Amino acid sequence: MTHAPHRAHGHGERISGRGSSAPSPVRARPARVRAARRPLALVLMLAAFALAMLTLLPGVANAAGESVVGTLSTSKSGPIEGVEVTVEGADGTAVGSVETGDDGRFEVDVPAAGDYTVSIDAGDLPDDVKLGTRGDTVPVTVGAGRHQPVIFGLSDGTTGSGGGGAGRVVQLLVDGLRFGLLIAISAVGLSLIFGTTGLTNFAHGELVTIGAVIAWYINVRGGIPLIPATIIAMVVGAGVGALNELALWRPLRRRGTGLVAALVVSIGLSLALRYLIQIVFGGRSQAFADFQSQRAVNYGAFTLTNRALASIIISIVVLVLVALMLQRTKIGKAMRAVSDNRDLAASSGIDVNRVILIVWMLGGALATLGGVLLGLSDQVQWDMGFRLLLLMFAGVTLGGLGTAYGALLGSLVVGVFVQVSTLVIPSDIKYVGGLLLLIIILVIRPQGILGSRARIG
Amino acid sequence: MSDFLQAIASGAQAGLGYQAIFFVLLAVGLNVHFGYSGLLNFGQIAFALLGAFGLAISVVRWGLPFWVGILIGIAASVVLAILLGIPTLRLRADYLAIVTIAAAEILRLVFRSVGATSVTGGTRGLSGFNADFVALAPWPGGRQYEFWGMRWSGAQLWLALIGWIVVLLCSLLIWSLMRSPWGRVVKAIREDEDAARALGKNVYAYKMQALVLGGVMGTLGGSVYALGLGSVNPDQYQNANTFLAYTALILGGAARVWGPVVGGIILLFLVQFADTGLKALITNGIIPEDLLSQTDVAQIRFVLIGVGLMLLLVFRPQGIFGDRREVMLDAR
Repeated sequence: MTHAPHRAHGHGERISGRGSSAPSPVRARPARVRAARRPLALVLMLAAFALAMLTLLPGVANAAGESVVGTLSTSKSGPIEGVEVTVEGADGTAVGSVETGDDGRFEVDVPAAGDYTVSIDAGDLPDDVKLGTRGDTVPVTVGAGRHQPVIFGLSDGTTGSGGGGAGRVVQLLVDGLRFGLLIAISAVGLSLIFGTTGLTNFAHGELVTIGAVIAWYINVRGGIPLIPATIIAMVVGAGVGALNELALWRPLRRRGTGLVAALVVSIGLSLALRYLIQIVFGGRSQAFADFQSQRAVNYGAFTLTNRALASIIISIVVLVLVALMLQRTKIGKAMRAVSDNRDLAASSGIDVNRVILIVWMLGGALATLGGVLLGLSDQVQWDMGFRLLLLMFAGVTLGGLGTAYGALLGSLVVGVFVQVSTLVIPSDIKYVGGLLLLIIILVIRPQGILGSRARIG
Repeated sequence: MSDFLQAIASGAQAGLGYQAIFFVLLAVGLNVHFGYSGLLNFGQIAFALLGAFGLAISVVRWGLPFWVGILIGIAASVVLAILLGIPTLRLRADYLAIVTIAAAEILRLVFRSVGATSVTGGTRGLSGFNADFVALAPWPGGRQYEFWGMRWSGAQLWLALIGWIVVLLCSLLIWSLMRSPWGRVVKAIREDEDAARALGKNVYAYKMQALVLGGVMGTLGGSVYALGLGSVNPDQYQNANTFLAYTALILGGAARVWGPVVGGIILLFLVQFADTGLKALITNGIIPEDLLSQTDVAQIRFVLIGVGLMLLLVFRPQGIFGDRREVMLDAR
């Protein structure tokens, strides 16, 4: 926190050395720098936006024709290869048969919409995999133009009742850690934006979705491996964040729009973007091209796929970097200064608008990374960010609105709580646990774990 | 030209039918919350969900008459409003916003969960509970009536009649309440909470009463919607609907008795008009199919509403009838 007063002090000395006429050049300098920087920034934004549009555009076309698709896989065995899948028409005529690929997937084209039965050869399954309650033959109804998914519900002994007691708790703790870190990565930007501008940004979830969708287009349609695709998407995501600030929020601040009005504007933005994404991307969930067919590795007390492990490591590294940046670097200190007291920071010579712009870019890039990690574990979907948004709010509020470290801590608690709560409640309402936690925290300690009383007004 | 007239007729039908009554009642309730009391309730749809499911569950599962079901829905939403208000009404506005939107999502997720299927019907929902209501109609519910290019069934006309009477009664109630001492205190709280407290008013209690009152109006909206559709499904009660109601409220003008009513009618007309119009334009080949397909039109409406909400707030926060100084958008 020493940075801002130091610089203010330096300015003060220079002004007093030159006499009373000096302030005008001192004030003119940042203005000129800003004027020179803005066109460059705008060009960058436009380029980023154009890139985003380019990657978004070619998604509308869909292959015509009907088929049945599916994946044979269990968590312990991973994808199952070489199982014969046979499709028959309603009257028993053979339509076709294939063997599952090395990713466990199969797809059989069918001549027209209608009823079919899909069967697998149970003899091809590995020894530890048993048929589920649905047996080896599943009837399906294929709609016109649909790729009808088929689920066989294979069992490997781990699903259902579970491994039992302590082992399951550890497994859920590790899953919760992964999920909590993912929420934290996405929510740091939300919290910093709230801290620096006071905006409760309901459109932050869309930054997550846009990031994941852009990475999906680069990865699947562009054929670029996921890791470079993610890095490109993060750059674009930073651009989208900056576009948010430059095109919408900065002009609104200049107009003196109130915080509640800004909040409702962010909801309008969220609504428009969310359904725009659905139009472009479609309503179905899609997986990335890489890292899908991974087996869970056994670590003794718990099992993890390599992609989940990588997700945990990447999250920790990125969050440590963000913390170091906030603690050590000039811009990080400036962010905390603006968060703490905007007017004081401005009068100490910090260019508040520049700091806010950087916060938006940082938030956009981190939200993109969070979106990719979420897409890796739960597939990419048009409303993935909005569903995550409420958990991000839970995490941010739990930790204390506007504090970066609070967002981190709160998100971790929410993530772990959501996963571990499946011990008690069915997993289809597991998000409910996180949201209830949010409400309970507001009753007990409304300022959050790390927040200060002054903020809750 | 006939397509254009067709779009106007279907827009008018939407603007007068039960969907419009649904959104108008949601917006009238939000007007009490947001317009008069300055409460940011983003979970209005949760009250509607309770109204719809209170009715459906009572009739289908418990075999009660439909009007008891409506009362049960209202009772449930009073409880919900109190539960939401206790932790948040002492805090800053955006806390209520976050908690209410979270509560709406919680209710929807719980109602559609597998565990609740025996009561709520899960993702399939419930149906077959509006026969008694339709039977009360003084004219045959199954007959079709056509006028001014619109086509109504008798049941729809009956529901529209009752629904608009409910809207009228709610609006009259708000009109008289806001001229009463109660309304003046609530508006004072919106303008300056500390000043109202300094005058010895129990701000917390007044806010709670406003939250309950507006919530009950949303509940009535949910009941009307359920009666109109004849079925309920948790996924009909998405959060996006709350924001549609906000758009209606702000379009008409917040803190005006007739603002949400007029705003809701206009909004529903515009949405349906755009819907039919866009579909006609696509069918006639004026908009190429690759740019926008028929199935995308349903999503386009939310995009337009989102953009419209932003533009309204930026350029005309008082809407059609509102007073710019009175619209509570700058207080915290």
